[in-house]
Amino acid sequence: MADQKNILDLYFLDARARLIDIAAFMDRVDRAGGETDFRYNAYREALKALESGQPDRAEKVLLAFSDPTDEPIPAATTKAACGAWPGADED
Amino acid sequence: MRYIEPHGHMVSRTTDDYRAMAMAGCQAVCEPAFWAGFDRSSAQGFYDYFCQLTQHEPRRASIFGLPHYTWLCINPKESEDLALADEVLAIIPEFMDSPNVLGIGEIGLNKNSRNEMTVLEKHVDLAGSNDQLILVHTPHLEDKRKGTRLILDVLKSDSRIRPERCIIDHVEEHTVGMVLDDGFWAGMTLYPETKCTANRAIDILEVYGNERIWMNSACDWGISVPLAVPQAAQEMKRRGNDAQYIDKVVYQNPIEFMSQSPRFIRPVGL
Repeated sequence: MADQKNILDLYFLDARARLIDIAAFMDRVDRAGGETDFRYNAYREALKALESGQPDRAEKVLLAFSDPTDEPIPAATTKAACGAWPGADED
Repeated sequence: MRYIEPHGHMVSRTTDDYRAMAMAGCQAVCEPAFWAGFDRSSAQGFYDYFCQLTQHEPRRASIFGLPHYTWLCINPKESEDLALADEVLAIIPEFMDSPNVLGIGEIGLNKNSRNEMTVLEKHVDLAGSNDQLILVHTPHLEDKRKGTRLILDVLKSDSRIRPERCIIDHVEEHTVGMVLDDGFWAGMTLYPETKCTANRAIDILEVYGNERIWMNSACDWGISVPLAVPQAAQEMKRRGNDAQYIDKVVYQNPIEFMSQSPRFIRPVGL
């Protein structure tokens, strides 16, 4: 398996660019103003996983956006997923 | 390089895509039944679609030297209408003996509703009654974790269903563990935004190993990349994986799973 230097040689610039994109996205949302949106709340919550120091950050980010409940919903009212769980009242 | 495209919705793709895939080393393409991007208005629409999958599309693929296989079902996106689903389920057996049909798929859940669960259970019963392989679609984005758990519970509750004959597709970091731990196969779909990137899929292989797992493009009418699998193989090489390791993931593993169907013919593998 590649060592950390190999991985950084391969992916550092790409990851750096993506990180700046995340920062710019958040600046853009904040500049826009308006009402708080559950998707952005979930996004900010997911960012906390990056500081966990554990090697399961990707899983934690995905779980931060996921429906945490276990029972089927009564009926599907849409076909689409929006990327973040709106909460039980919105299902 | 040689590879299998184990999940591509080729009815939505151009002949240029077939040509590019063949030139990139594709040895066979497998096409699960799926949602057309709009709701079909009747079971007759599905009948025509199943004819397309079992008769027309294999001819189109053969022009490029590609064996074409398929899976049949009504997609979970159209499972909210139970009456329609029953009508479609009734016509599937008529096509199950077609020479390119590998099994029932891509069944599963979309929004994790009760009706979707009912139709999933009926598909599983159809597969169990006819000793068919199963290819499972897991829900998108925020619905995936819950839906994957519900699907695994349905499959495990039917004693006729053997996990090694089911592939659970579209796994990501938060679902791959539960799928592999229960003995199922796992599929990683390489999408630009909504599923796995090539690098994340390669990470998953590093963490969970390369047994009972494959990669696919799930190319369809939406934003997707028909050459995603060979592109991921190239990235694996860049990361230092050797040719044998890559070949197992993109070629041998799909063959191992699909060879459980007597209809799957092992490609020559040039």
